Amino acid sequence: MPKVAIRFTLNGSEAAEFVESGTTLLGALRDKLGETSVKGGCLQGTCGACSVIIDGALKLSCLTLAESCQDARIETVAALARGGLLHPLQRAFVETFATQCGFCTSGMLMAAKALLDHNATPSREDVIEAISGNICRCTGYEPIIQAILAASRAATSTAA
Amino acid sequence: MALKRGRGVAAINYPTGMNLGGDPTHALVHSTPTGNFMVSLSSVDLGQGMRQVVAQICAETIGVPVERVIVDAADTDTGPLCMGTFASRGTHRIGNAVIQAAREARQVMLEVAAEALEVDAGDLETDGEGNIQVKGAPARAISITDAALAAHFRQGRAISGRGIFLVPRSYPEAATGAMKPATCYAHACTVAEVEVDDETGEVAVLSLKNVFEVGRAVNPKLVEQQLVGGAWMGMSHALYETTEPYYPSREHGPTDFNMYLMPGPGDVPRIETVVLERPAPDGPYGAKGTGEMCANPHIPAIANAIFDAVGVRIDTLPITPERILRALQERSRRAAA
Repeated sequence: MPKVAIRFTLNGSEAAEFVESGTTLLGALRDKLGETSVKGGCLQGTCGACSVIIDGALKLSCLTLAESCQDARIETVAALARGGLLHPLQRAFVETFATQCGFCTSGMLMAAKALLDHNATPSREDVIEAISGNICRCTGYEPIIQAILAASRAATSTAA
Repeated sequence: MALKRGRGVAAINYPTGMNLGGDPTHALVHSTPTGNFMVSLSSVDLGQGMRQVVAQICAETIGVPVERVIVDAADTDTGPLCMGTFASRGTHRIGNAVIQAAREARQVMLEVAAEALEVDAGDLETDGEGNIQVKGAPARAISITDAALAAHFRQGRAISGRGIFLVPRSYPEAATGAMKPATCYAHACTVAEVEVDDETGEVAVLSLKNVFEVGRAVNPKLVEQQLVGGAWMGMSHALYETTEPYYPSREHGPTDFNMYLMPGPGDVPRIETVVLERPAPDGPYGAKGTGEMCANPHIPAIANAIFDAVGVRIDTLPITPERILRALQERSRRAAA
């Protein structure tokens, strides 16, 4: 099978690879580019573990073809921490114990970031809606909801 | 046809550790040359916080800050035996094994320090901040780092300890059937409030109010985390989860876990939890553990709340809308007959 050249911006840096046509973005990120912060769960678009942000929008990387991401700007959870400093969302997840086994956390954080990027002061219902495509088996969701609301409050009070 | 509210209560006794006994956990502790303490286990942390709890128990026993404990629980090929992290046995069984290993390591550490300080080991104590000192004369002290260096490079001694915790297996007496199925019991009680739609059979859980008695909460935040997640899981067991949901034709049934029903973030009820601490005599520092108990009392409490709301008692899990509607139908049929 002929390989396809893909090139996009991954977490601020240029990334390029040759992949087989039909490779998912998840496969390209994890297996070709070593970006294992993105998790593969159901591989059918129902669990949300593989969520990434493509050109500002939350997407499931298991249902996105790598070759459809030419010149796109892709953000994974690895882009959140800056210079060893956790992103406010990550800090909030730690402080509210919003992670246990950790498998959903990458996707949850991206869903939360996509929400806060578009709505800095979400209601509880907004948060629930935003993470309703992401399955968590450990926390019972409540700590995750609390973490996202806390991060939003912290960001708003810093800005004020 | 209406939305009907109901309230139900349930209380449980919960044995922590595998019933019947005969399930050992082996722990090894050794100091690195700079006086950090390594706990080797084959016990797996599934996200419940076992490593943190083990680190705290080890640090408390040896008398060092918790930051100086490293827990290696990575490899069942090379680690000491553990029967596993299940049956709520982690904190209780692993914790007890770690205490035993850490005590032995502490004793060697004190003997090494005694030789370095030219005093008797029985006169030494730890200050909890990384030093070993003579009781009543804290100026006469050696840091644990220096003690570990002395052990490795001057005295040629291994600061290490072995621990294994085993509750001997209990067999029933042939004549009476009497046996000792467990050594340590935790307790919990839940009050559930539900709203049942008697037209669709759908149940919304409005609140879960819980009291858990866990022995000592070794790490209160981790206990809280377990109990909040567990409340959701209990509700999930009560109302949603089954690998074989009823379908008139099996071909229409689920084929993988993508079709396994669980409540989503929008279904989370108001959860209030109170933790009571009644230390257990055979628990590590009194801990019983939370474990699977964290998802138990909600199930009968929700079933009772549904009975309170619409008057039908469902004794098969999960309590699906279909089961509720069939029970309601059956009740009206009987009333008519």
